[in-house]
Amino acid sequence: MLVSLKWLRDYIDIELTPEEIAGKLTMAGLEVDSVNRISPGFSSVVVAKILSVKPHPNADKLSLCEVSTGEQTFPVVCGAKNIRAGDIVPFAKVGATIPGGYTIKSSRLRGEASEGMLCSEEELGIGEDATGIMTLPDNLIPGEDLAVALDLEDVALEISITPNRSDCLSMIGIAREIAAMTGGKVRYPDTEFEEKGETTGALTSVKILDSNLCSRYTARLIKNIEIRPSPAWMRMRLEAVGLRAINNVVDVTNFVMMECGQPLHAFDSRFLEEERIVVRGATEGEEFVSLDEKTRTLSADTLMICDGAKPVAVAGIMGGLNSEVEDDTKDILLESAYFNPSSIRKSARSLGMATDAAFRFERGIDPEGVVNALNRAAQLIADLSGGYICRGYIDEYPRKIKTVRDIPMRPERVNRILGTHIGAGEMKDILERLEMTVMESREGEYLVTPPTFRVDISREIDLTEEIARIHGYEGIPVSLPGLSAGTGTPPNDKRTLEDRIRTIFNGYGYSEVINYSFTTPAAADILGLSKDDEGRRLIKLEDPLGEDMSVMRTGLVYGLLETMRKNISAGNHDLRIFEMGTVFTDINEELPVENERVGGLVTGSRYDRLWHFDDGLHSDFYDLKGCVENLFDALRVRDIRFKSDCDRPFLHPGRSCNVMLGDKVIGFLGDVHPDILDKMDIKAMAVVFELDLQAIVSLPREEMIYRDIPKFPSISRDVAFVIDGAVEGRYILDLALEKKENLLEHMGIFDVYAGEGVSGGMKSLAVRFMYRSATRTLTDDEVNEVHDRLVKRIVRHTGAKIRGMGI
Amino acid sequence: MKEALENLRRGADDEINSAKTREGFLGIKTRYLGRKGLLTDLLRGLKDVAPEKKPILGKLSNDIKKSLMEKIERALENIESGDKGKALREGRIDATLPGRGLRYGKVHPVTRVEGEICDIFATLGFSVVEGPEVELTYYNFEALNIPEDHPARDIHDTFYVTDNVVLRTHTSPVQIRTMEKQSPPVRIISPGKVYRPDSDISHTPMFHQVEGLLVDENITFGDLKGTLTFFLRQMFGRDTLLRFRPSFFPFTEPSAEVDIQCVMCGGSGCRVCGHSGWIEILGCGMVDPEVFKTVHYDTEKISGFAFGLGVERIAMLKYGISDIRLFFENDRRFLEQF
Repeated sequence: MLVSLKWLRDYIDIELTPEEIAGKLTMAGLEVDSVNRISPGFSSVVVAKILSVKPHPNADKLSLCEVSTGEQTFPVVCGAKNIRAGDIVPFAKVGATIPGGYTIKSSRLRGEASEGMLCSEEELGIGEDATGIMTLPDNLIPGEDLAVALDLEDVALEISITPNRSDCLSMIGIAREIAAMTGGKVRYPDTEFEEKGETTGALTSVKILDSNLCSRYTARLIKNIEIRPSPAWMRMRLEAVGLRAINNVVDVTNFVMMECGQPLHAFDSRFLEEERIVVRGATEGEEFVSLDEKTRTLSADTLMICDGAKPVAVAGIMGGLNSEVEDDTKDILLESAYFNPSSIRKSARSLGMATDAAFRFERGIDPEGVVNALNRAAQLIADLSGGYICRGYIDEYPRKIKTVRDIPMRPERVNRILGTHIGAGEMKDILERLEMTVMESREGEYLVTPPTFRVDISREIDLTEEIARIHGYEGIPVSLPGLSAGTGTPPNDKRTLEDRIRTIFNGYGYSEVINYSFTTPAAADILGLSKDDEGRRLIKLEDPLGEDMSVMRTGLVYGLLETMRKNISAGNHDLRIFEMGTVFTDINEELPVENERVGGLVTGSRYDRLWHFDDGLHSDFYDLKGCVENLFDALRVRDIRFKSDCDRPFLHPGRSCNVMLGDKVIGFLGDVHPDILDKMDIKAMAVVFELDLQAIVSLPREEMIYRDIPKFPSISRDVAFVIDGAVEGRYILDLALEKKENLLEHMGIFDVYAGEGVSGGMKSLAVRFMYRSATRTLTDDEVNEVHDRLVKRIVRHTGAKIRGMGI
Repeated sequence: MKEALENLRRGADDEINSAKTREGFLGIKTRYLGRKGLLTDLLRGLKDVAPEKKPILGKLSNDIKKSLMEKIERALENIESGDKGKALREGRIDATLPGRGLRYGKVHPVTRVEGEICDIFATLGFSVVEGPEVELTYYNFEALNIPEDHPARDIHDTFYVTDNVVLRTHTSPVQIRTMEKQSPPVRIISPGKVYRPDSDISHTPMFHQVEGLLVDENITFGDLKGTLTFFLRQMFGRDTLLRFRPSFFPFTEPSAEVDIQCVMCGGSGCRVCGHSGWIEILGCGMVDPEVFKTVHYDTEKISGFAFGLGVERIAMLKYGISDIRLFFENDRRFLEQF
C-alpha cells in the first residue's frame, strides 16, 4: 500500500524524516519497501517577479513582460489580463515541462521574443483556476523552485501490510501506528455537517436477505449534486497513493476508503428501481456487467446489492455499470456496509476481481467504523458537489458483529513467552497507546479490550505480540534453549546414505543435478512406456505453469535426458551426472506413493581431452556399471546381481540389465535406446541407471569385521574358455562359485576375446582362479585337484573348449 | 720379493689409471686381488723369506692390497654416481603438464548449502525429519492455522492436485506430522523441496526450504533470537549483523522476519538489498497456540518456536548468483563451479 506523508500529516504531527519513519514502521512490523519522492507534474518552473508589463506592439490581446528570477531577466509574451508589475508568479523557463506533456521553447510571438511562460494554476495542475496567471505570495523568493516553494513535493511510502493488519490499510491506520510508536496523538477528521430536506428513510429502504454475508448496511442520500472534477488537493492526494482521479463523487468514496479503510460505493439514484436496496445472493448463472464493462457470470453464493428488481453491484467488490455515477447524475445513494470477509474473498477469487474494496473487506474492516465513514463521505461529497444531505440515514444492522472484550492477560505469562522482564506498567502503557482499555481484574491479571478496528486481537498471545512489537524486538535479550540429555535422535539413515552416495559419485567424476519434480505427460510416451506401466500412474496438477510441467515425475531418466539435451545444445558434450530425488506414483488413494530414487547418466568422453589420451575414449555401459558396482561395494551391500533380461522400452535391448537384490528388481542400468534419443533429438549415445534409494537404505549391510591378512601365498590358474558368444561371463563364474570350494579364494574374468583364432560366433573368456589356504602353503597337487574339478564342471555345462592354460 | 711387490703395485696402478668401465675395474680387482690373483700368488712365496724380513714384507703387501682396493672402490663409486646422474638427467619430465585422472564431480550448490544448514543445527541438537512433498491441505494449511478463504493463503500460491491435496508450499507440514507422533520435547529441522506457482528471476516453481521446530518447557522468544543468531553467524560469519522485526505468519505469534546486513554492500545499500542495507533471510516466531491445540499439546505447559528459510536464497547470497533459475538448468558450467 502506498502512503502519502503529506496526507498522513493531516492526522498526526510527524517530526521524523521520511527515512526515520520508514525505519520505525519497518521495525514495528509494517515493512516499508521503498520511500519515493513525488514531484508535481512539472519541472523547471520557478518563482519569478514581474518587473514590467507593456502592451504588445503588434497584438492587442498580448502584453510584453520583463520577468526576473533574481539572477536573470527574461522577456515573456503573455496573454493573461491579471498581471501587473511587481507580481510574484510561476515562471516556466525554456526547457521546462508542464502537465500534458508540453515542453517550453524559446519563441517569437508576433515579432517579439518570448523566453518562457507564465502559468496559471490549471496549467501547472495544482489548481482549477484557468482564468489568469497564478499569483504567488509576496514572500516567495524569485529563482526558487516552485515545487519547493509551495511545498508541492510529497513522499510516498510503499508498505507491505501483513494479512492480519487490516486496520493499517488506511492513512489513519498508519497514523495510529506512528502515534503508538512515538507517543503522538491522532487527529480524527470531524464529520459534522448539515442535513436538509427529506428524510432518508422516507425515500428509500434497505433490506438484507442474508445477514450471514452482510451483517450491516448503512446508506445516505445526497441530492442535487453537480458532477465535476475534484479539486487539485483531492486529486493530488489520490494520485500520491496510486489512485486515478475520476470525479468529485467517486473520488470521495476512494478518498474516504484510503483515509479510514472503509470501502464505499455511490449509486446514481435514478437507476435504482423502486428506489430501494436489497442485499441478496445472486441467481446461479446470472450475468452482470461490472463498472469495468466486463460481463461476469455469477454463482449463487455471490452476494449482490440489488434494487427493487435487479443487481446493481457485486457486494463489497465492484459496482455495476447500470447504476454508475455519470456526468449528469444529480442524486446519489451512498453505501457503507460490512460484508462477511470469507464470502467476499471467495467471490473475489472466483470472479477474478481483486479490487481495493475486496482486499479490505476480506481482511475485515472495523464494524463500528461503518457509519463514521458514511458520514465523512457524505460531508465531503456535499462540500465538493454543492448537493445537500438528506435527513437521517439508514443503518440496517440485523446481526451484531462480535467484537472482542476483556481478554485476560497475565504479565508473568507474557514475559515467560518473550523471555523478558517488562513491567506490568509498561505493558499497560503500550496497550493503551494502541487504543486498548486495560483493567486490572485481580493480582497478576488484566482484562484488555482492543479497539473494534483491531480485528486481529482476541487472545493473550495477540497482546503478547503487540507488547513485543512496540517494546521492540531488539530489546528482547538473547538466550539459548537448554538441551537435556536424551533429546535428539540418532543420525538419519537415509541422509547418511545420500551423503555417502554423493561422495562416491563425485569421486567418479559425476556431478549432482536437481531437476524439477514436475514433467510433461508426454515423457511416458517418449520413453515408450506400455499402457499398464507404473510410470503412467501420473499425479496431475490442476493449474500447472505449462503442459511440460503438468504432472509429477514417475522416474528420473527423462529429466536426466532433458538435462543432457540442454547441455549438449549449450556445447557441453561430455557429461557425468547423477540425481537423487522423489518420484510419485498414483495409487488411487488420497496421497500418492513417494519413492526416493538415485539415477545417473554418462555421455561423451571418459576423460577430459588432455595430452595423455587420444580423443575417442568414449564412455560406455561398463563405465557406469563400474561406478554402480563400486557404489554397492562401498555401501557393503553384497547380494547385488546385474541381470541382462531387462525389458525397459527406453533401454537398448542388448545393452541393459536389471539390478537385482536377490529376486527383487531394485533398478536398471543400460544404454538409452537409440529410438528414444532420436525422439528427443539427442545426437549422442548415453548410458543411464536408476535405483530405488529406499530399497538400498533398508538393505542388510555386511558388518565391518577385520579378517587377518593372509600369511600364506596364493596359487593362481588362468584358463581361457572358448564358448558360444551368447553365454554370459557371470554364468561361467557362478558355475564355479556355486560349488563353494574352500580353497577358491577369488575368480575373475580378465580378458574377453573374439576374432582371429576364435571361430565365428564364439568368444574366449580368460578366467583367473586364485587358490589359497589360511593355514598352510598349498601344494600344486592340492590345487590341481580342485581346479580340475571346477574347470570340468564349466566345460560340462557350457561345452567350452579350453584355449590355453598358464600358471 | 720387495721388488716384485713394487712392480706389481706399479703395474696395477697403471691399469687402474687407464681403466674406464665398471667391467675394467672389476677385472683388475680379480686379476690382482682375487683368490687366484697376482698378489695372492706373490704372497704364497712369503713363507720362503727370511723370518726377520717377514714383518716388513707382510706390511708392504698389506699396504699394497689396501691401496689397490681403495682405488678400485673409489673408481667404481665414481662410475656409479655418474650413471645415476645421467639417468636422473635423462629422466626429466615436463612437470607443468596437467595430471592424469578423472575430474572430481561436484555436489549441487543447493545440496551443499542445505547440508551446511543442517550441520549447524545438528550441533544444537536438532535432528532431521522428512515428509511427503504431495501433501494434504490439512497439513499444509488448516493444521497450521491457515483456514480456507483466509487472506493468509495469499502468501502461498499453491499447486493443487485435488481439492484437498496440494504440492506442499512449505516444509511446515512435517512439524505437524512430527508433533502428532511425538510428545515434547521436539527439536527437529525438516529440509526439502517445496512448490509454488511462480517463475521469474527470483522465483522457481520448485525450491528448497529448511524449517525448524523446537518445543519444550519454558522456551522463549529470546531463545529463538539466540538460536537464529548462532545459526546466522555460523553461516555468514562471526560479525554478521542481524535484526529481528515483527511480521506475520498464521502459525507463529509473535512472528518475526530476520534480516542480515547485506552481504554484497555491507549495509551501505545496493541493488541486491534494494538499497536498504538489509536482506531478508528467514521467517520465524513462537508457535501459535492454535497449532499446539491441533496436536493436543498443553499450551500452558509448553512453548516453542519455529523458523523457515529458503535454501536457494542463501546459496544465491553466498555464491553471488543473481538468477535462481540457474539452479535447475543444470548446465555443467554452472554445476562445476561449486
